[in-house]
Amino acid sequence: MAGDEQLTAPAPSADRQVPVSGGPLDRRAPTEPGSTYTGGRVSTEDLATADVTDGVLFKIRDLEVYFPIHQSFVKSLVAPEKKYVKAVDHVSFDVRQGEILALVGESGCGKTTTGRAMLRLEDATGGHIYYKELPVERFSQKTLREYRKKAQIIFQDPYNSINPKQTIFDIVAEPLEVNGLVATEREKEERVVRAINEAGLRPAEEYLYRYPHELSGGQRQRVCIAGATVLDPDVIVADEPVASLDVSIRNDILKLMVEQKEKLGVTYVFITHDLSLAWVISDRIAVMYLGRIVEIGDTEEVVSNPKHPYTKALISVIPVPDPLAKHEHVILSGETPNPVDLPSGCRFHPRCPEAIDACSEIEPTDVHIGGTHYAACIRLT
Amino acid sequence: MSATATPAPAKTEERIEHKGLLEVRGLCTYFKLSQGWVHAVEDVSFTIEKGESLGLAGESGCGKTTAALSILKLLPENGRIVSGDILFDGRNLTKRTEYGMSKIRWKEISMIFQGAMNALNPVQETGKQVAEPIMLHEGLSEAKALDRARELFELVGINPKRVMDYPHQLSGGMRQRAMIAMSLACNPKLVIGDEPTTALDVMVQAQILDLIARLRRELDLSFILISHDLSVMAETCDKGVIMYAGRVVESGTTEHLFRDARHPYTRQLIRAFPNIHERREMVSSIKGDPPNLLEPPPGCRFAPRCDERIAGCDEVDPAAVEVTPGHFVSCHLFKEAT
Repeated sequence: MAGDEQLTAPAPSADRQVPVSGGPLDRRAPTEPGSTYTGGRVSTEDLATADVTDGVLFKIRDLEVYFPIHQSFVKSLVAPEKKYVKAVDHVSFDVRQGEILALVGESGCGKTTTGRAMLRLEDATGGHIYYKELPVERFSQKTLREYRKKAQIIFQDPYNSINPKQTIFDIVAEPLEVNGLVATEREKEERVVRAINEAGLRPAEEYLYRYPHELSGGQRQRVCIAGATVLDPDVIVADEPVASLDVSIRNDILKLMVEQKEKLGVTYVFITHDLSLAWVISDRIAVMYLGRIVEIGDTEEVVSNPKHPYTKALISVIPVPDPLAKHEHVILSGETPNPVDLPSGCRFHPRCPEAIDACSEIEPTDVHIGGTHYAACIRLT
Repeated sequence: MSATATPAPAKTEERIEHKGLLEVRGLCTYFKLSQGWVHAVEDVSFTIEKGESLGLAGESGCGKTTAALSILKLLPENGRIVSGDILFDGRNLTKRTEYGMSKIRWKEISMIFQGAMNALNPVQETGKQVAEPIMLHEGLSEAKALDRARELFELVGINPKRVMDYPHQLSGGMRQRAMIAMSLACNPKLVIGDEPTTALDVMVQAQILDLIARLRRELDLSFILISHDLSVMAETCDKGVIMYAGRVVESGTTEHLFRDARHPYTRQLIRAFPNIHERREMVSSIKGDPPNLLEPPPGCRFAPRCDERIAGCDEVDPAAVEVTPGHFVSCHLFKEAT
């Protein structure tokens, strides 16, 4: 269970110093093949002039985030083998501009780590994340600050992620002040009011000088969303934004995300354990299992025509509000294995109801199903 | 035993005639706050038969957990059962003393709590926690009770060798299984599950619900599921009670509730849950907020948020109307049963 603990442990604070070329774990070549970017560090000018090509905002290629397990000194003498929690292991996908991409999976599948790595709140130990064709791992500290105006995150718990001693106005205005984006008080107020209105707290003036404790959970989550959108970001990573909310409020927040996507053109990476919610609002779904994407594609296509046995099982066990619904539940036995000692071959094979002998030997690669739909299972080839 | 506790009546108690295994009649439970009384549960009635499963559902603050805690009389200090009767297997639990209740709790009615990590004692071996009620109620030695705990572990699908593991050594799903083992320790007639799968992953949730369904069949248990998730209720229960702001708005079989919902609140609540096997559409939400239960509004408590409000909704409390046999709705739209 040590592995599980590692995964759920709070991640190191985001604002620590990050070496530009990656930490001691970085196994990347200094000049990566296949990259369109050929320069050294990415400067703020590069970021300012970068543009989206072919509608793809993010390209994630072979992303790898490993966390080292600290051994005791004695153990390190006996067995000096270094072990890692492979939270994200060779994950590749694109995020298109203006879409809602859902990262779906059970706890410990690496969905949150992937989202955090995209904002460089977690350092990748391998692979690349390209934002508008620029490699995020090569951003200088200054570039990173600029980048984080464009890429925002919303957390699960609106009770703990905002400062209880600040007014709503101060909470939403802080990102503007920190980044020196507003010249006058008047401009600041205008932008704050606009963001709060857009987040559905109307009229905004009524909320400006209230404190978080005066608001309900749903209203707090709206404040978090206003704090993210006030910077006019390109992308918001929403990490389980509705997991702690009541159904009715949950649906309001989901609607708000769709509305902001449509009206403001914000791209959302929606991280959730609940496939049915992903199905409701996302354009595309990526299903993760144990650090890998097992299936990705257009939401309707993946849900109505799942190909990977894990996706099939996951969809089959989602409860539906209909007592007469007759669909067979594929209940997998056991729990997600420990991400330290991964199963050989396909990492899903020990629990897979359709596994064949070869599954324990061959690592599956992505199989093209059609359109944008891919699944990683050797039985599909 | 404290000095104030009265011993159980020596003579056999007089059996009260009532419906089902458990009948809750007009239950009102209030909480005292410095500002006044919170009407958390008001005039709630339902029945559960032997071997049946009943769902108590509604949003947070609707009183579903308070209703369940009232059955076991496990309310916090400031909670009072103000009126109503809880009739269980021929006895009136509201009239029972604390000592009398201690003979019922776990032996006849047990509970599976939400969040097993907080409900289990972190510094005691899980098996010993399962064995404790067996020793207390059945007077077995620790060794014998632990043998029984091993059998229970086997029954709920945990390796019996792990009986001496501490809760932190078990995964979330296994802890919830241990909680279920504990609830079954003294062969109760009724088990109450308070959001038993809420913090779990969907696959583990499916495993636990499957386990509960199997145990119900094998042991002929009655089961009350408390859940905010109507989908879970639809899949596991025979009957359901939908609560809003402390009151029952609709009750009936799950087929009544999900295929023929009448109350505007029930209909809106069901639409808030996506059905992944149907056509994709945006889930709906309910406008407004639930009322403050310190001063509940007169008339129907849902009226301020209701789209189908008619004259009288704001003034008169709607009584339950039987729209089809076994299907009750408390709404002025259904005054005349046909």
